[in-house]
Amino acid sequence: MAGGRERVLRRRISSVQNTKKITRAMELIAATRVVKAQQRARAAKPYAERITSVIENLAAGGAEVNHPLLRQAEKVERVGVVVISSDRGLAGPYNSAVIRAAERQVQNARSEGADYALIVIGKKARDYFAFRNFTIDSYTDGISDNPTYEDARRVAETVASIFTEGRVDRVELVYTEFMSIGSQKVATRRFLPLESTETIAAEGGGEAGVSGSFEFEPSPEAVLAALLPRYVEARLFGALLESAASEHANRQRAMKAATDNAEELITKLSREMNRARQDSITTEIMEIVSGAEALGSDDETEDRPAAVGVEA
Amino acid sequence: MTFQIELVSPESISYSGEAEMVIARTLEGGDIAFQPGHVPFVGVLAVWSVDVIRPDGDRDTIAVHQGFVQVAGTKVSILSDVSESADQVDVERARAAKSTAEAALVANKEDADATGALARAELRLRVAGAEA
Repeated sequence: MAGGRERVLRRRISSVQNTKKITRAMELIAATRVVKAQQRARAAKPYAERITSVIENLAAGGAEVNHPLLRQAEKVERVGVVVISSDRGLAGPYNSAVIRAAERQVQNARSEGADYALIVIGKKARDYFAFRNFTIDSYTDGISDNPTYEDARRVAETVASIFTEGRVDRVELVYTEFMSIGSQKVATRRFLPLESTETIAAEGGGEAGVSGSFEFEPSPEAVLAALLPRYVEARLFGALLESAASEHANRQRAMKAATDNAEELITKLSREMNRARQDSITTEIMEIVSGAEALGSDDETEDRPAAVGVEA
Repeated sequence: MTFQIELVSPESISYSGEAEMVIARTLEGGDIAFQPGHVPFVGVLAVWSVDVIRPDGDRDTIAVHQGFVQVAGTKVSILSDVSESADQVDVERARAAKSTAEAALVANKEDADATGALARAELRLRVAGAEA
């Protein structure tokens, strides 16, 4: 009958409306969290900068040691890939982009004839790689959303230990760089071995280079040995924070698009519904009118009023 | 004459201000005091407190559990994973940590974790001015 189509459409509209409410709420939550994550990423910068500047001063002071974290392998037999993804989806292309970049690193390692070791952060990357039968060496979840320094230290320790034990000869870090709210970019960085102190110093561009040579206590080598692990942690922490900010920014954008689409769909569906309703009303009127006319012409001789037919 | 002091943790800059003198303890080196005009210096800090003498003569004591100190020009930076000022110390928790560590040391004198935990707990209590 006529009302059927209208009822179906009405039900769909209300379901789309509910979805829209959810995506809208997620968008707002992501918007506040991206601001917070951004602030944290910014607040963490000074520490990394200062550490880099100490390394610069050490380099200027000519300290060079055989620290295990600086070990350059002659032949790379196994490449470690650290992937930072999120635990939850609905973040647009955020996870797929970073996972694709990580998979490319694994393929690179294979084409060099090396084995790979995956160090995975976040459920999404784990699901992807586990489904495709990759071996996952280490997996951490529950930290990508709001990483603390303690989390970063734990993961950095794992990574550093498999490197210093010689189980991997190189480690690549794949994460998402947060440029601004509007732009995030997947980045692949050499994580270990650390470049020589000179290279770190040259790339740092910090505020060092203060005149005069530094005094080091207990010794330049001892300072460097204590400093390098902190540098590794700080770098991983920075990457985690940027990834978290990127995740929220991506989710905000994806949810905004979803809300907009829902709105569009609602407009389209309600237009369709109105047309269906009008159609059914028109049909009904037509039926009534024609019924009345039929009655009127047939029963003109009898004394039955046409109005009764209309009301029925 | 004063200089700038800042305490930088991985998450933020937790303390910054002017100071007349900063006293710290470096690993193996013992206590060292910095005044404006000190030669550029980088040191590894012991688990000990850092005392900041402010221009008004007041003294801020901060517990620093591990880290580095860098003196460059008119700036002293202290880089530390864990640092607490006197009012941030949870005395109850520090006391509890101290007795746990002591108990562990009685059982095993070589326990490096417990030795470290004991040193940190004692430092916290000292900074908070609550000698156990």
